[in-house]
Amino acid sequence: MAAARAPAPRRLPTLLLACCSLAAALAPQDQVEQFFKSGHTNNWAVLVCTSRFWFNYRHVANTLSVYRSVKRLGIPDSHIVLMLADDMACNSRNPKPATVFSHKNMELNVYGDDVEVDYRSYEVTVENFLRVLTGRIPPSTPRSKRLLSDDKSNILIYMTGHGGNGFLKFQDSEEITNVELADAFEQMWQKRRYNELLFIIDTCQGASMYERFYSPNIMALASSQVGEDSLSHQPDLGIGVHLMDRYTFYVLEFLEEIHPASQTNMNDLFQVCPKSLCVSTPGHRTDLFQRDPQNVLITDFFGSVRKVEITTETISLDPNLAILESSFACGFASEREMASAMPSLSGLYIFNSPVIRTPKDEITTEALKYAEQLPVAQIIHQKKSHWMNTMRMCEFLPLHKLGSDQHPQSKEILSTCYVLLKYSIQYPVVLPSHF
Amino acid sequence: MERAAVLGLLLLLGARGGSGQAALEPPQDSLREELLLSPLPSGDLAATFQFQTRWDSELQREGVSHYRLFPKALGQLISKYSVRELHLSLTQGFWRTRTWGQPHLQAPAGAELWVWFQDSVTDVDKSWKELSNMLSGIFCASLNFIDSTNTVTPTASFKPLGLANVTDHHLLRYAVLPREVVCTENLTPWKKLLPCSSKAGLAVLLKAERLFHSSYHSQAVHIRPICRDVSCLSISWELRQTLTVVFDTFSSGQGKKDWSLFKMFSRTVTEACPLASESKIYVDISSKDQGNELLEVTPAPLSMHEAVVLGDRRTYAVYDLLSPALFNTSRSLNVQLKWKRPQDSADLSTPVLHAQRYVSGYGLQTGEISTLIYNTHPYRAFPVILLETVPWYLRLYIHTLTIITKGKENKPSYIHYQPAQDRRRPHLLEMLIQLPANSATKITIQFERALLKWTEYTPDPNHGFYVSPSVLSALVPSIVAAKAVDVEESPLFTSLFPSSDGSSYFVRLYTEPLLVNLPTPDFSMPYNVICLTCTVVAVCYGSFYNLLTRTFHVEEPSRGGLAKRLANIIRKMRGVPPL
Repeated sequence: MAAARAPAPRRLPTLLLACCSLAAALAPQDQVEQFFKSGHTNNWAVLVCTSRFWFNYRHVANTLSVYRSVKRLGIPDSHIVLMLADDMACNSRNPKPATVFSHKNMELNVYGDDVEVDYRSYEVTVENFLRVLTGRIPPSTPRSKRLLSDDKSNILIYMTGHGGNGFLKFQDSEEITNVELADAFEQMWQKRRYNELLFIIDTCQGASMYERFYSPNIMALASSQVGEDSLSHQPDLGIGVHLMDRYTFYVLEFLEEIHPASQTNMNDLFQVCPKSLCVSTPGHRTDLFQRDPQNVLITDFFGSVRKVEITTETISLDPNLAILESSFACGFASEREMASAMPSLSGLYIFNSPVIRTPKDEITTEALKYAEQLPVAQIIHQKKSHWMNTMRMCEFLPLHKLGSDQHPQSKEILSTCYVLLKYSIQYPVVLPSHF
Repeated sequence: MERAAVLGLLLLLGARGGSGQAALEPPQDSLREELLLSPLPSGDLAATFQFQTRWDSELQREGVSHYRLFPKALGQLISKYSVRELHLSLTQGFWRTRTWGQPHLQAPAGAELWVWFQDSVTDVDKSWKELSNMLSGIFCASLNFIDSTNTVTPTASFKPLGLANVTDHHLLRYAVLPREVVCTENLTPWKKLLPCSSKAGLAVLLKAERLFHSSYHSQAVHIRPICRDVSCLSISWELRQTLTVVFDTFSSGQGKKDWSLFKMFSRTVTEACPLASESKIYVDISSKDQGNELLEVTPAPLSMHEAVVLGDRRTYAVYDLLSPALFNTSRSLNVQLKWKRPQDSADLSTPVLHAQRYVSGYGLQTGEISTLIYNTHPYRAFPVILLETVPWYLRLYIHTLTIITKGKENKPSYIHYQPAQDRRRPHLLEMLIQLPANSATKITIQFERALLKWTEYTPDPNHGFYVSPSVLSALVPSIVAAKAVDVEESPLFTSLFPSSDGSSYFVRLYTEPLLVNLPTPDFSMPYNVICLTCTVVAVCYGSFYNLLTRTFHVEEPSRGGLAKRLANIIRKMRGVPPL
């Protein structure tokens, strides 16, 4: 018995050592697996203000204050799609141009010096909004106007404006209904365009907009219940309009306390504006959300916390892991987009492929010249040749057919011929007999 | 060992330039920045910033991938869409030529984009559409609204400002969006294109809150090929970013006309951009007579510069930010200007060419556009090209076009007219008109307003619809003949337009945009009609229906015995109707 027990203590430290080394070896591998299986890897924000006209200043201020917080917490401009339906900062009615204030007495300028608006003025329509969400945009749309999210993106969608029971007004000329919005989110889910989505709406009867959601992983907050109006906060007598809505005002105050490393969770956001401050009852919906709101950090949606770990050792990726990752990667359409998403390596030389020299590549031996800005003689000569051709055309026109619908270019030819006739004194031309 | 290293280095250098360039090092680029402060005849102050990034490379032929000072976003745009020249301007406000004098470089209100493509481009319209979309993303402006309904191909105006051997006008496209708003979101990407951004050099003065609190704000990007050297055998690409702002000194200076850099921009200059080869501030201190000085500039300038600009001899005080002597006394430079004596009318000079445009008429059916062009030169006549672009929904009656000078009809030497096609292209009218000396020319044309489909109205149709400004291009005779100057040495504001001879200078003016009301339907009409119809149906038809189908019975109240009365009492207590 004693002999059997004696070797055990000697084996223990070696066992421990073996375990530790194994753990150490596993740790980066584990972390890599964890990276691919964890919640999200990037953050996007779509911030929409849907109201036009100067007296809706507060809606633009709402959107800009969320923009400001989101930028401050780390989401870059390339990952924010900002849609403002009207320009308040440089509006001729604004007594302080290039500023949008959120607090009275002009304490906080939420417009800032570094703003980039992606969709502005008449571009903020229901169609463009839905196209941005679902990704079905015309091919020539620039990159800053696209929502290039993938299945590991957490998206924050903030909408504000005038709304009613089941709809939200866009620029006083069209509406988006809660059914359309729910269907758009379902399209996003089926195309795996989001990992988790936080939807915040600050309009009258805002809770009606999230009633119809049916896609998973969506959490929604609204500033008022069905049947209630969201009220505005305070007017500024210098500017002459209400500056912010109550709900977003208190959300902004709450977000100002958050910094990129804070551990505040969603439950605190749900308590942000009680009825005593907001007059309306803010609501929220978490039944579609997988995680407990207690465990969801504010920075999961409002910030962009990057999980970067610098390691000097090589990590070999499990081939099964690679397959798991590729089955979900449909965000980046091409490698080129992925490459351009990375920060530009401007200091790197890229070797060009050799070009076959042709005789044309040689430098031209004659000197190049600038064009004359107003070559009067050339212009008059140009007119002369242009008129000669057109006069010939006027000569041979079947004039009896002109003016009828059979001749499609009749109006154009008639007017051009008329103009020529009126000013043809310099160039007398023999006219056909039926003129 | 050493030889191997040297060989290796040579190989590396050779491989780097491996696309067959003659030179072994990457293309040279340089940056020049300057600020021109000119007090205007009306007492306002104009500040013109110019940043010229010049790149000795031929973008079209080599596959370029190393960008240093030249911004990559624009370089890739030029090579991808085979652009030869690009001019984009975003302007808020209007340059009042009559009170402020001739502008160095004017831009129309809103957004203006004109592009010359290379002759290798097969489908110019497709490239134009894609290019305007890309630019809308870079500059955060709604340039994606540029389509065939507001694009024209001028035939005589807008000749290329850079080197050109082919001037086939089918490669030119021009569009103006007069409704475009300019604000900080357009300034931010414009500043990011500068090599030093807004961190060093003259760009630190560009703060949005001060720049947009002004009477006129215009920022522009001009890309064109220029001569690399005097012999002009090869091309360099030039990117000029210009920003002109006119401050209203009366409203912002509490009534006093003295100004300083700090008062205007709320900042001072502390250093030049380290990447710039030249960084200067010019202050226009010209005065009509030498002895009686009008202005006093502090700190005292280290040098002066005399040049013939816009046909007149002008004197400038120069502050070179790269010279060490400038920051000897204080770390920051705050240029201040004081007026020694009040300006009198002898100092104010009217510009030689100025124009205005207005719409007249009454009602929502017809109207008339009138353009007035003034030539105030006492004895010289000169021609001017007028380019008018009118949207299709104002149908021009071209037979009512009249041009009257000094009471007589004036026949233009060149007319190009392209009528509009509904919903497809706008009217284009280009005329070369001779302006006699000391005259006013009035050009009038009548139009009729069209009805739009209800989906074509903007969300705020009662604001009105804009007509883009007309463009006047002229070679105005100068008061003082200009000598040919070396483009390298002269300040940037003198080399904007390539000049052929010194006896005249080229100027491009824009008139005001016009705001026209179209017959607008009442968009609440369908809702009102439904309410009214339902009310009428309910009240009239419902009443008739009731009258016709309701029958009336007469009921006799029956008298019952005691049992019946007791039963009624109990019923009443129960709440049931009585027998």
